[in-house]
Amino acid sequence: MTIRIMSHYISITEAERAEMLQAIGVASTDDLFVDVPAEKRFPTLSLPAPMSEPELVRELLAMSGQNANTLSQSIFLGAGAYNHFVPAAVDQILRRGEFFTAYTPYQPEISQGTLQSIFEYQSLIASLTGMEIANASHYDGATAIAEAAIMALNVTRGRRTIVVARGVNPQYRAVLRTYLQALDVTVTGDENPGATIDDALAMVDDQTALLIVQSPDFLGRMHDLRGLAEKVQAKGALLCVHFDPTALGLFQTPGEVGADIATAEGQPLGIGLNFGGPYLGIFTTRQKYVHKIAGRIVGITKDVDGQMAYVLTLRAREQDIRRERATSNICTNQALMALASTVYMGLMGKQGMRKVAELCYQHAHYAAAEIAKLPGYRLLSDGTFFKEFAVGLPRPAAEVNAALRAQGIVGGYDLSADEPQLGDAMLLAVTEMNSKADIDRMVGVLRDVG
Amino acid sequence: MDTYDPHIYELSSPGKHGTNLPRLDVPESELPADLLRQDGMNDFPELTEPEVIRHYTRISQRNASPDTCFYPLGSCTVKYNPRLHEEVARYAGFAAAHPLQDAADSQGALRLIYELQEYLGEIAGFSDVSLQPAAGAQGEFTGILAFRAYHLDRGDHDRLEVLVPTAAHGTNPATAAMAGLKVIEVKGHSCGGVDMDDLRAKVSPRTAGMMLTNPNTLGLFENQILEVCEIVHGAGGLMYGDGANFNAILGIAKPGELGFDFMHYNLHKTFTTPHGGGGPGSGAVGCTAALAPFLPGPRVRVADDGSYEFFTPAKSIGRMKAFHGNFGMLVRAWTYIRTLGAEGLREVSEIAVLNANYVRVRLMDLYPQAVERICMHEAVLKGQIVGAPKDIRTLDIAKRLIDYGFHPPTIYFPLIVPEALMIEPTETEGKLTMDTFIEAMRQIAREAVETPELLREAPTKAPVRRLDEVRAARQPILRYDREAIARVRAE
Repeated sequence: MTIRIMSHYISITEAERAEMLQAIGVASTDDLFVDVPAEKRFPTLSLPAPMSEPELVRELLAMSGQNANTLSQSIFLGAGAYNHFVPAAVDQILRRGEFFTAYTPYQPEISQGTLQSIFEYQSLIASLTGMEIANASHYDGATAIAEAAIMALNVTRGRRTIVVARGVNPQYRAVLRTYLQALDVTVTGDENPGATIDDALAMVDDQTALLIVQSPDFLGRMHDLRGLAEKVQAKGALLCVHFDPTALGLFQTPGEVGADIATAEGQPLGIGLNFGGPYLGIFTTRQKYVHKIAGRIVGITKDVDGQMAYVLTLRAREQDIRRERATSNICTNQALMALASTVYMGLMGKQGMRKVAELCYQHAHYAAAEIAKLPGYRLLSDGTFFKEFAVGLPRPAAEVNAALRAQGIVGGYDLSADEPQLGDAMLLAVTEMNSKADIDRMVGVLRDVG
Repeated sequence: MDTYDPHIYELSSPGKHGTNLPRLDVPESELPADLLRQDGMNDFPELTEPEVIRHYTRISQRNASPDTCFYPLGSCTVKYNPRLHEEVARYAGFAAAHPLQDAADSQGALRLIYELQEYLGEIAGFSDVSLQPAAGAQGEFTGILAFRAYHLDRGDHDRLEVLVPTAAHGTNPATAAMAGLKVIEVKGHSCGGVDMDDLRAKVSPRTAGMMLTNPNTLGLFENQILEVCEIVHGAGGLMYGDGANFNAILGIAKPGELGFDFMHYNLHKTFTTPHGGGGPGSGAVGCTAALAPFLPGPRVRVADDGSYEFFTPAKSIGRMKAFHGNFGMLVRAWTYIRTLGAEGLREVSEIAVLNANYVRVRLMDLYPQAVERICMHEAVLKGQIVGAPKDIRTLDIAKRLIDYGFHPPTIYFPLIVPEALMIEPTETEGKLTMDTFIEAMRQIAREAVETPELLREAPTKAPVRRLDEVRAARQPILRYDREAIARVRAE
């Protein structure tokens, strides 16, 4: 008998198939699908012919080769996704099948690896932020902010306004509006170009559930947020601070300034750029709101022998139990990405986190100082910035970026669509990955363009 | 035996670090003293690289995974994750590309997105696809927001109800609530299918749409699907397909041809992007041309000059997340589809369904079927063993399976089946593995009668034994706290 195995991922031989069909009591696999309306059964799928593994490797290498990337280019683009160093050890852990192929840890006795890693993630994020508790993560920084808004609406029952500062990444503000569009909620505070955190604060009133600010903000500026939480809380609202986890190696934490919720895009913590995802939504808050948080949370308990163990906990909040009374439908977290950030933070430790933050700050300030010397260029990020800053340009950003591109450099983020009032301007991100030589080369191109 | 593996904080020694960073090579600027963090990060752990690697390697071994054992977790489609996918997704042009870099410098990535949109549309019978949603649940939210936007765009303001069968996944009603819509439950008949009389009684001019999983959560194909769609459409409502069970019908039926208007694909189930211990997922969505203007952007299309470009549909409900979706997962799904082609995909579903039915017929004499009928990709049985003591439940059977070296099936879902055991072998399992599993299940049924304490005490061969889940919720310890942990361990 010939053995017909169409895919190397399928482990049933022709002989076994026949034996199994007999056990089931049908003549062929087609007979398993009689419930499908006959006229709709077995449609044609017009798809390209299957490819062998060597052919796929060739094809995908060619496709990959068409894309700029941080291994072959020097890159100064940020705006929410950053080129940071990822130690080789991080990916070696992610490649362990025990971690990456496992499902959600519903059976805790045989999922202690995933559960412990998530508990460690929650612990490290709490330490990093100075916040009381963290959940097991959301999809990304943008959805973490949206979940913060939903939580605040639930905490401050009856309040129907979310105030968001203009300095919050425009994509995050867009996602916030997507999430809240069907609820009777107003999102405001970010309408006017150039509006400050104080302008947003002035809009917080007795209808406001949450004020959302970002520091460093979209233009890279760090804000001293001391005193803000008290003013927001005095109006009965909550404060959400969106932060950059890299900055916290050195700078003011959301916990220190009394934030009620703090969120972040966790991609800088050991996660590659991946053309935009998967990333990691960091979500932290106060212990007293633990029953209001969306998403998974891991806690500690004991087994019947008294052994300490980890388990998904406070499950009564979740959609599979509360169904329509749940306030979020979230099922998955970003467990593998949370693991990446956990291994990253474990490797960095206190010293490494501080050093990365210092390198970013110093590299960015060196780059900014060099650019400020060029005729026609000026720094637009007033005050203190961290690793990213806005620059006014002598020509449209697209032209400057084209010149950089010709030299194998990925330039900055063109601000003309989001902040047209800045004129010709771009946002440049400089991290520990941009050496002095890279920066000097980039500045040289800017000089020539100017 | 104390099997405790220390928490990373307990492995820390001051002064260590685990990474080799560049030296500062630029002139130093002064740090803004008033913005520095105050606590010195003194509670942050400090370890070397070898210590970190050993720690996470050790704890990884405390996981069961489909790489290490049979993992028939119903409704979750835990199939083999091809190693090629892990390799190609790490190519520099994918893993190290910035999402906002110039489209001209991203043509390979845009082509991949475009082609995956096309493939997924073809496989499910939809004209338009967006790859933006981050997970199935977000795909559902996308769909229900699109339904709402569609009705409002037509000036139809009163469609504020979503019909959801009682057997639905919990995400369905939760999604409807997030979209500000009222959930109306539709009864099921004895096969878990939609009760047509109840459906007719509940559709109305207030119906925005219906959310339906097909095959349903009993693992059965809704054989009245054409009529269900007709009734909902007849009332002006739209049909949402929960694609969680799509692995059963690749090349078998196209939801778009059955009458669904919108569907999410769980790329991490059907198209085998890894589950990662609970994420990242990836929840692409497909829809009819009528709903396409409302899809989230950016999507990719072919421009006049033949290049690929991003665009946002005219009446888009907006972004669901930052950037373009979980791109790393899209690379894997593209590779999977190109590996298998049309015939290979159909074989996936045929064998997934064959395997589920094989397990079903080999166990149904000891574990009653929820519905006596040929199933799709998963078999729903009941852990009600004749002759076993009253206190022996499905939970005990599941925990005893752990001792036999298997990950248990999904249990107590769907909620409408008492003592449910939902077994989804997937197509990547061989007969030998399933026979071993079947033998273990049969042995457990005997044990349940003869030596039930083996079930009550199970598992005994896992890293830890049965847990006190109530305690975890009553006295929540949600982050490392040396004293709290010492207290727990000392008790």
